[in-house]
Amino acid sequence: MKPLNQVVSATPPSGIRRLFDIASQMQDVISLGVGEPDFVTPWRIREAAIYALERGYTTYTSNAGLLELREAVCSLQRALYGVEYDPQQETLITVGVSEGLDLALRAIVNPGDEVILLEPCYVSYQPNILFAGGTPVPVASRAEEGFRLRPEAVEAAVTPRTKAIMLCYPNNPTGATQSRVDLQAVVDIAVKHDLYLISDEIYDRLTYVGRHTCVASLEGARERTVLLNGFSKAYAMTGWRIAYACAPRPIAALMTKIHQYTMLCAPHIAQRAALEATLNGENDVREMVADYDRRRRFFVRGLNAIGLDCVEPTGAFYAFPSVRRTGLTSEQFAERLLQEERVAVVPGNAFGASGEGCVRCSYATSMAQLEEALARMRRFMERNRVFAEQEAKATTG
Amino acid sequence: MREVLKILEQDARTSPAQIAAMTGLAEDEVRRLIAEWERSGVIRRYKTVVDWERFGEEKVYAYIDVSVAPERGAGFDDVASRIYRYPEVRSVMLVSGGHDLRVVVEGAGIKEVANFVAEKLAPLDRVTATNTHFLLKRYKDDGDIFVESDSDHRLMVAP
Repeated sequence: MKPLNQVVSATPPSGIRRLFDIASQMQDVISLGVGEPDFVTPWRIREAAIYALERGYTTYTSNAGLLELREAVCSLQRALYGVEYDPQQETLITVGVSEGLDLALRAIVNPGDEVILLEPCYVSYQPNILFAGGTPVPVASRAEEGFRLRPEAVEAAVTPRTKAIMLCYPNNPTGATQSRVDLQAVVDIAVKHDLYLISDEIYDRLTYVGRHTCVASLEGARERTVLLNGFSKAYAMTGWRIAYACAPRPIAALMTKIHQYTMLCAPHIAQRAALEATLNGENDVREMVADYDRRRRFFVRGLNAIGLDCVEPTGAFYAFPSVRRTGLTSEQFAERLLQEERVAVVPGNAFGASGEGCVRCSYATSMAQLEEALARMRRFMERNRVFAEQEAKATTG
Repeated sequence: MREVLKILEQDARTSPAQIAAMTGLAEDEVRRLIAEWERSGVIRRYKTVVDWERFGEEKVYAYIDVSVAPERGAGFDDVASRIYRYPEVRSVMLVSGGHDLRVVVEGAGIKEVANFVAEKLAPLDRVTATNTHFLLKRYKDDGDIFVESDSDHRLMVAP
C-alpha cells in the first residue's frame, strides 16, 4: 500500500496516552491528571438541553451557529472585556476551542510559515500547526520566572517566515496568567512584524489573582487577533464540545468557510445549552470559581510543604510543581508516583520540552481526594527526596 | 471572611488549618473569627446531616399549615413560641399565602404525629385550622440531595 500522510505519520502521539493506559489498569488511583472540571454541567444548562430536545431542536443551524448564541457571546465579551465583535460577520460557533484552533491555523498559515508558540502549552498546538502545514517555533518560559511571558524571547524567535503567535493565558499546564504589560509587549511585537495572534482564552473566567486580560482588548491587537473561547471550563461543559471564535471579518470569513465544508455547524442541542449558560449561568460560574480557588490555595500550599516547589498558579485549575528535589525526570516521577502511590499526574514534558522537570497536577477534584493525594505524595517525597539528597552527597563527596 | 463561613457551611469539620490554607488567611485569624462568630451567634451550632432512613430508622415527618387568628399587639409571635417549644417540632415559620404558620413535626409514627396535632396544636388558643401533609419521600432537604448522586465519569487522564 502507498504510504499514508507523512505529516500526520511523523507527528508523535500525545505524551499523555501512555500514562493513561497504565493508570486505567490500576485500582484505587487518585487522578490529578484530568484536564477538565469535576463539576457536572449546572442543572439549569442540562435542563435547557433536555427542553431543547423536547422541542425538537434536532436540525442543523446556520454554519456560523445560532445567531442568538453569537449575539449572547458577543455581549458577554463586551461586558467582560469591552471588546466589540459583530455577531453576524465576526463570530463563529465552533466544536470546542480545539476546532477553533484548527480553523484559525488553517485560515492563517501557508506551507512553510512559522508559528511561535509559548511553551509549556496545551498538547494540541504543535500538531495543529503541523497539520496546517506550518512550522512550530517554541519559545520556552521558565519555572524560576513563574512562567512569565518573555517578550524579548518572543521577538528573538521572529524570522521573516513568522506568521503568527499563539497565546494561552490562563495557561494549561502551568496555571500562569500574564500581566497586561507583558501581553501588550507581545502585541506590539506582532504589530511591528505584522503577525497574527491566536489567543486561546478558554480559562479566562478561572482567574484567581487580578483580572483577566483579553488579548483582543489590547492596543493594536484586534485587527490581527483570533480570540478563542468556549464553555468547557467556565460552565463545566467539556463533553458538549461547544465554543466560539471571534475575529476580524477577513479571518472570520475564511474560518467560517473551512468550518462550513468540514463541520457544517456545531451540534444544535449543545448550542441551545450554551445559550442558557451565557444568559443565565453567571452564578454557577462564580460558585465554581470560588470553589476552585479554595482548593487551589489548599493544594498549592500542600505541594510546597512536601518539597514539590510550586510557583503560585493564578489561573486555570492546574499546579505545575517542580520535581527536581527527587532527581527524577518528569516521566520517571509520574510513572513511579503512579506505581508506588497510585496518584496520577501528567509529566511536564508532554506540554513541550520546557515543561521537563515539572508535572501537571489538576486540583479539579474533591477536597477529600486532594488531601489523600497530598498524603500519598508526601510519602513518596519522603522516600525519594532522601534518595536524591544521598545521590547529591555521593556525587559531591 | 465570608469565605470561612461558606466553607464551614459546606463541611463543619474542616479544620482551621485547612480553612487557612483554602483562604490564605492565617490559622490564628481563622480561629479568632470562628470563636467570635460562635460567641455572637453568627455560627449557631455544628450538626451532622443524617440519612435516618439509610440507617434503618423510620421517622415520620408532617408539614402542617396552621391558620392563626392574630391578636392586636401580639401578632403571631406568641402562638409561634407556644408551638416551637415542643421538641418534636423541627421548624416553625411564618409564611405568606393561605395559611400563617408552617410547622414541621417529627415523630416515630403517624399516630404519634396525629396525636400531637390533635392534642397539642389544634386546641391552641387562636389556632383556627390545621392542614397536615405527611412526608412521603425526601429528595432534597436543606441543600442536601438524599437520592442518587452524580458520579465522576471523567477519564483518568485528559489533556
